[in-house]
Amino acid sequence: MEVRELTCVACPMGCQLTASIDNGVVVSVTGNTCPRGKKYAETECTHPVRPLTTTVKVEGGKHPVVPVKSADAIPKEKMFDCMKVLNEVTVKAPVQIGDVIVEDICSTGINIVATNIC
Amino acid sequence: MLKYDLVVVGGGPAGMAAALKAKECGVERILICERDETLGGILEQCIHTGFGLHYFGEELSGPEYAARFIDEVEKTDIDVKVNTMVLDITTNNVVIAINKQDGLMEISATAIVLAMGCRERPRGAISIPGTRPAGVMTAGTAQRFANIEGYLPGKEVVILGSGDIGLIMARRMTLEGAKVKAVCELMPYSGGLTRNIVQCLEDFDIPLKLSHTVTEIKGKDRVEGITISKVDGNLKPIPGTEEYIPCDTLMLSVGLLPENELSRAVGIKLDKVTGGAVVDQYRETNHEGIFACGNVLHVHDLVDFVTQEAQTAGEGAANYILGKKEYPEFRVHTKGINGVRYVVPQRISIDGSEEPVKLYFRVGQVYTNAAVKVTRNGNVIYAKKKRKLAPGEMENIVIKPEDLQEFSEGDYLFIEVEG
Amino acid sequence: MSYDIAIIGAGVVGSLIARKLSKYDIKIALVEKCNDVAMGTSKANSAIVHAGFDAVPGTLKAELNVKGTKLMGYLCEELSVPYKNIGSLVVAFSEEEMETLKELYDRGMENSVPGLKIIGQDRLHELEPNVSKRALGALWAKTASIVCPYELTLAAAEVAVINGVELYRNFAVNDIQFENELFTIKAESGEQIEAKYVINAAGIYSDYIASLIGDNSIEIVARKGEYLLMDKSLGGVVNHVIFQCPTKMGKGVLVTPTVDGNILTGPSAKDIEGKDDITTTSDELDMVRKYTSYSIPNVKLNAVITSFAGLRAHSTKGDFIIEPSKVNPHFINVAGIESPGLSAAPAIAEYVQDIMLDVCGRLPKKVKWHRTRPEPIRFRELSTVERRELIENDPAFGQIVCRCETVTEGEIIAACHGPIPAWDMDGVKRRTRAGMGRCQSGFCGPKVAEIIARERNQDLLDITKFGDDSNIVVGKTK
Repeated sequence: MEVRELTCVACPMGCQLTASIDNGVVVSVTGNTCPRGKKYAETECTHPVRPLTTTVKVEGGKHPVVPVKSADAIPKEKMFDCMKVLNEVTVKAPVQIGDVIVEDICSTGINIVATNIC
Repeated sequence: MLKYDLVVVGGGPAGMAAALKAKECGVERILICERDETLGGILEQCIHTGFGLHYFGEELSGPEYAARFIDEVEKTDIDVKVNTMVLDITTNNVVIAINKQDGLMEISATAIVLAMGCRERPRGAISIPGTRPAGVMTAGTAQRFANIEGYLPGKEVVILGSGDIGLIMARRMTLEGAKVKAVCELMPYSGGLTRNIVQCLEDFDIPLKLSHTVTEIKGKDRVEGITISKVDGNLKPIPGTEEYIPCDTLMLSVGLLPENELSRAVGIKLDKVTGGAVVDQYRETNHEGIFACGNVLHVHDLVDFVTQEAQTAGEGAANYILGKKEYPEFRVHTKGINGVRYVVPQRISIDGSEEPVKLYFRVGQVYTNAAVKVTRNGNVIYAKKKRKLAPGEMENIVIKPEDLQEFSEGDYLFIEVEG
Repeated sequence: MSYDIAIIGAGVVGSLIARKLSKYDIKIALVEKCNDVAMGTSKANSAIVHAGFDAVPGTLKAELNVKGTKLMGYLCEELSVPYKNIGSLVVAFSEEEMETLKELYDRGMENSVPGLKIIGQDRLHELEPNVSKRALGALWAKTASIVCPYELTLAAAEVAVINGVELYRNFAVNDIQFENELFTIKAESGEQIEAKYVINAAGIYSDYIASLIGDNSIEIVARKGEYLLMDKSLGGVVNHVIFQCPTKMGKGVLVTPTVDGNILTGPSAKDIEGKDDITTTSDELDMVRKYTSYSIPNVKLNAVITSFAGLRAHSTKGDFIIEPSKVNPHFINVAGIESPGLSAAPAIAEYVQDIMLDVCGRLPKKVKWHRTRPEPIRFRELSTVERRELIENDPAFGQIVCRCETVTEGEIIAACHGPIPAWDMDGVKRRTRAGMGRCQSGFCGPKVAEIIARERNQDLLDITKFGDDSNIVVGKTK
């Protein structure tokens, strides 16, 4: 049985969580003040994920770059692989919020979408 | 002279929410003056997510959060002037503003909402010794360069100050290929949200050096390196603890200051601790008909609270404009003591209102397993246990209307931390 | 290129000399090692025009100080340079210091300084209510003034350029040869010019420049002074230049308003090794803070918006050295110009003009000489009516770029296309004040960089803070 201390990042509260893991399975979580904390601990101990935000180049836009985000959190270890892909992407203006910039980035099943107009 | 019922100075989250709320309350002619080229304020460069959890129940990026309000503003007949700088506000509520299209405008307003936001404390204000090369910039300036202009402010970075902008920029720079060598924090605790320490520093193994400050900047043209030192209990550098870190950039995230030059010029009373106006629960200043909200009033940690506060100010302004304002019989003062640094609003107008009053406050140090207590004339009218209180996180408590009925003129409402 | 006269150093002295000589129909080069004029001592000093009671009677310093101070007001008006005749007060805190005031007064009389008066405690506190209550009296010098030293330098250099003087920037002289009555002056960059006469106005480097022709008679020690600049919200805390009495303990520091409405305190004084150490140090700044509170106890020291250090060119001879070199009479040294160098500068220019007329013989005058430069537009100083008109004529003046100092895009564009165009961020800052305010370019920095890039047809990557490798950004994110 392994015990891990975590700080929940699900919201700005930052609850201190204690997760007990048995054979790669989270068996109990304490310290959370909402169900999201429990879910966070379970995910964090088995396959941690993070939201990714950055920018991509735009041609003919108001600014040289437009901000983007992963539509859902992506596996933490794939963050830099995704950055590599996004560093090479150029989109054409006009861009709308929610426009899909890259589909299924790095086979994560998650889309990268624009978060501003440009 | 142009005439408006309400002029809102600043088109960031505070200004937009105040204008929208006033519109909803029935105010007809509203103008928002925004100095940047689009509405949205500083949110436009805050491309990370985490905005809107309280207000919308989802995690939005800054531009997305702003866009929700920009869309709402566009649906109304609220006038918006961008690239427009308000230069002055006269004591009879005339707003002087300029832009390229309209030239110099004199705008007469029945009420004004101040929503100019805040600015970052620069290097000079903390007098870091050393040379004055390129490569020393505030985290916000670096954020604009990286997120809007698409330029990398530096390749090897040290960040002074662990406020949220500093933490967010540590991650941004790392993702863009820069090496963030350390984040130094003068205080023994971080000024940022815990989640940001985890997601922005720990995820990337960036060391957070608490009780450290920058004691020298080196470099002739561009920064070549900096010296950091440990500080003692009085925040003074301890000789012998110097550590030299080669880098080309020093980013500063050493505090935000409400931008109140306009307020000062019109004679609005300011709170020495918050740096913003002294207001009542409707966010009305001592100058009748002038309201303030958002970071120009006090620096917030979450935009969601800015929105809520701005709606309060917008409603207050609407009531004033529409002749619905209840003139108070008297006002009582709020005051933070024993660990509570400040309270907003600083005064409560006792006007027979049946509405509860929400008080926002910040503490001066980290407390664990403490209690917040509100007293009036020695009587406790509110007490609540708090697992954790930190200076980086704004807290709030609600005072019930029945508790307000008990007040008499000149009373103080004290908020304090116990334990 | 071949010139009649080459002036080395575009500080306040070199630039005023260039302006003075530009009325003659000769070819003049003004060479400067940095990316702009006024990059050395002329941009980082106390910005004071001294009355002239400090210098030892009979010295060149004393003579040119009093003369220069007399010329300064008119010169600044002519060149549209911010200048205010606010007077100075040397404050005494003990009977012993009251005696020192008398000595200063007598010395001032000997130097023919007008408008000197010793005043008592009551009058002092009437003039300056915030001066320490312990002060016993003061020496009031009504001719003392404040000026913007880099604006004066720029204005003088601009007039010179308008009148045909050629300015070479980034021209760091490292070799001078003299052959066939002609100097060949070489720069580190490999560039070179020729001139019949050389005027050495190289500030702290004037000993080095003299040594290039084998004149080793000058020794300049760089003396560092550190300063604190306070926010405009402190404006009015003092109305005069407030000096402390020179004592055995040290020179003390001054507290003064600046022409822009800030408060400046300093300098510390420390002789340094080498010539390029303009670091600020916590020890020296603490000293400045301590002395400042001694004069003005209730000054809010947390209103500091920036600190800086400047180097004074202290000659081991103790006086200005303004004369043809003993090694080569066609090489004129203008060296050791430390305080009151700024005050004396207009008189130094006249003095050097006389020397040049002496060594060159009669010089033909230009048929048309422009006495001044086009007056720069300062939006923040205009009335509502003037502002309205200005924006109607040119909408660029309707866009505020620097919020703290109310600087418009129009002013920044003008700075990029003036007689001496700004090439970098600090150049724009000195010309327009964009970035000089309380946020210290936090908000306007990226915008100013963008405007410079656009106006100069450069990429933002090439925009620097002050030339050389002082680039603002290091690459693109994508």
